[in-house]
Amino acid sequence: MEKEILLEVRHLSIGFESYNAKVEKVIFNAISDLSLTVHKGEIVAIVGSSGSGKSLLAHAVMNILPDNARTGGTMFYKGELLTPERMNRLRGHEIAFIPQSVAFLDPLMQVGEQVVGTLGEKARALQQKAFEHFGLKQSVAKLYPFQLSGGMARRVLLSTSYVAETEMIIADEPTPGLDLKIAIEALKDFRLLADQGKGVILITHDIDLALHVADKIAIFYDGRVVETADTQTFRGDGQGLKHPYSRALFHALPQNGFNLQRCPKCGATCATWNVDEKGMRCGCGNS
Amino acid sequence: MAEAKFQKVETGGMNRRRKVLLIIAAGVLALAVISIWGACMDPAKYAPNYEARRLMPSLSHLFGTDHQGRDMFFRTICGLSTSIQIGLLSAVISSLVALFLGSLSAVFGGRVDTAVGFMVDLCMGVPHLILLMLISIAMGGGAAGVITGVAVTHWPNLTRVIRAEVLQVRSAQYVQIARKLGMSKWHIAAKHIVPHVFPQYLVGLILLFPHAILHEAAITFLGYGLPLDTPAVGVILAESMKHLATGMWWLAFFPGIALLLVTQLFDIVGDYLKILIDPHSARQ
Amino acid sequence: MNKGLLRYFGKTVARMLLLLVAVSMISFFLVNNAPMNAVDAFLGEAKVTDEQRALIEERWGLNKPPLERYLIWGNNVLHGDMGESLYYHQPVSKVLKEKFLSSIVLMGTAWILSGLIGFVLGVLSGVYRGTWIDRIIKTFSLVLASTPVFWIGLLMLVVFAVELQWFPLGLAAPIGKSVNDVTLSERIHHLVLPALTLSITGIANIILHTRQKLIDVMESDYVLFAKARGENLKQLVTRHGLRNIALPAITLQFAYFSELFGGSVLAENVFSYPGLGSSAVLAGLHADAPLLLGIALFSALFVFVGNLTANIIYGIIDPQIREGGGING
Repeated sequence: MEKEILLEVRHLSIGFESYNAKVEKVIFNAISDLSLTVHKGEIVAIVGSSGSGKSLLAHAVMNILPDNARTGGTMFYKGELLTPERMNRLRGHEIAFIPQSVAFLDPLMQVGEQVVGTLGEKARALQQKAFEHFGLKQSVAKLYPFQLSGGMARRVLLSTSYVAETEMIIADEPTPGLDLKIAIEALKDFRLLADQGKGVILITHDIDLALHVADKIAIFYDGRVVETADTQTFRGDGQGLKHPYSRALFHALPQNGFNLQRCPKCGATCATWNVDEKGMRCGCGNS
Repeated sequence: MAEAKFQKVETGGMNRRRKVLLIIAAGVLALAVISIWGACMDPAKYAPNYEARRLMPSLSHLFGTDHQGRDMFFRTICGLSTSIQIGLLSAVISSLVALFLGSLSAVFGGRVDTAVGFMVDLCMGVPHLILLMLISIAMGGGAAGVITGVAVTHWPNLTRVIRAEVLQVRSAQYVQIARKLGMSKWHIAAKHIVPHVFPQYLVGLILLFPHAILHEAAITFLGYGLPLDTPAVGVILAESMKHLATGMWWLAFFPGIALLLVTQLFDIVGDYLKILIDPHSARQ
Repeated sequence: MNKGLLRYFGKTVARMLLLLVAVSMISFFLVNNAPMNAVDAFLGEAKVTDEQRALIEERWGLNKPPLERYLIWGNNVLHGDMGESLYYHQPVSKVLKEKFLSSIVLMGTAWILSGLIGFVLGVLSGVYRGTWIDRIIKTFSLVLASTPVFWIGLLMLVVFAVELQWFPLGLAAPIGKSVNDVTLSERIHHLVLPALTLSITGIANIILHTRQKLIDVMESDYVLFAKARGENLKQLVTRHGLRNIALPAITLQFAYFSELFGGSVLAENVFSYPGLGSSAVLAGLHADAPLLLGIALFSALFVFVGNLTANIIYGIIDPQIREGGGING
């Protein structure tokens, strides 16, 4: 049975305007033609290397890109066109975003206060529950961000989405800095939320982690999703994977023997090859 | 591959860089014309003329005349020229002090850095106008006093900027590599540090001018600066004060506007130069 | 108060005291190096013999080496004796006190006015960045920043005192009235123009700084996140914007003491307002070395108090200083 589509991103492109050394206006294309679908009850992991612009996808959906960003493409939420205005109404109430670092917390506000945010009295009770859930002492609520360790900050950020009780969660690298137990706990939470019919986008550079909880894995490379595959296809021999880059990624996994495909002609590892929607080639011209 | 992701955007019309260059050139030209015109002006143009006293501004006397019948337009141009020259001289001296102290502080660090920091705080510890007065008095007044005073009070900000810039290049990877490769200190300084710091220095220098000019005018206005017989804007405005009550508003209005325009010109040239040097700042 | 905070305050105060001593030394040597001769100024037209002159010089200690003279002067100052003003024929400390009371009204009014107006306009400009409101406020500030204070004073005089005759031409009170008879409304009437002029001096700087700071905060990751959590513009500005620009704004406001003092010298001269600024100019022009030195020292103390206050407020408000860097939990 086909589940209801929660969020659909069609042909998203993001560019940034700036001025080059000749004081000419230029656009830097960070994401081009990215499509993605999230169904209810599903965790979709977006996997790509660090610094490849995955976070921008989250920022684009939340409509919090900087002023000089230019976006293209369309988005739909619950079957309706997701305009920036509609997003501004939905964010925080229907869609929650979990950012990736402590820099996203106001340095001059106590973290308990920040977790509650502008969500009112109900959130205040939930904040205490959230802290308990993620193993934070209640006294942490009175601390300022600079007093938190990396792991504590991450748990505070997770608490913000716990409090919001939204239909959908977009989590940007939610686990680094957490010890394994809490990390697994956090991922279990996402699973639990998904099983309740919510949608989760998990942005990560850790494919192994994604394999643990995600239903679908979108392989992100150089500003686009080269392939979206069911987590199942990453099990066994990986032959279900269509794109050579995904296959190369699959073979490079520890449980699959750490194999790096090499160019038969010049011997360069596939990590340095050029990738596009059709396939991947080594720079030396051999395919 | 990253370059391929940059696309030029057709803005249409004039190339932005050319536009920026044009504005800078126009600003510099205007300032040059004013200073040369004023410096070469025949004093007869603004000599007292008792036939034409207390005249309102008109086509024959653009800025009107004063109680001695001196033409205020030519007197103002001459005063602006004096202001620009003094501003130029004191700003250049001040910026050289900043360049020296800023580099010293960044290169040697430690105690030298602390000492320079203390000097900066010291200079900021007294209101500039009071310090200017003290220096001007100690130097016996006149142009030398003003130039020294303005030069001595204006270096702290630029010193901080230069210190930060030098520190930044010094720690930059390419300079570290050059050092590891065994390149000489002079080579590194000439090849890497100077080209990086010089543009910032230049912008800092130009943005110093308006401050220098305003302080020169202020100290002269108070009677500590240029002698009363010089056609300086400060002198003109101080004189105008005595005649305001008699309704000769133009004596204060036009010379002040002209001074404001000159300081704005310097600001514009400095700001556009900044855009050339650091294109990212072009985005508001 | 915890230990870290005490150490922070201790260090700040020690550093600033050291600065004050250095400033007093420099002022002392500058004034004493001046070609103007204090003895000549003191004697004026009076004819004296060389012996009498030498006697005066000895009594004033002018024949001693500079360092010794500085130490004597410094010692006297510490005991509250700043010498006698040659121009006013009164103890310098008395002149300072009297003139400062008059100046503080002017500076205080201007300080509050420019702080409030500057902050509000800066916030407005920053919140509505890129709109016409911002453009107007920004242009206004940029032009104002390069406008001479005394010229603004002159324009004020022309418009409001000469043409419209709403306000008097100058002074702190009507001419010929004894100090005790001056009413409050008369004082205010005389204060308006100089105070407005002086507040305009600082306003541009405060607007531009506040605007830039607010823009930086509004582009920060934490405001992005707050936005993503559904906070609207008003909530973003009041919950995060103002909170994060408050500290720099306060620092700026106190750091502006220095400019305020300089500006008051100019404003007081334009309006013949009898405060410290007018006295400073008179002292210089009449070679009144003790008074000039007293005013220089006082201005340094004034700036010192401003910076110290800023530092103390910073220490009390900023949690990063107040709570130290402890990690627990």
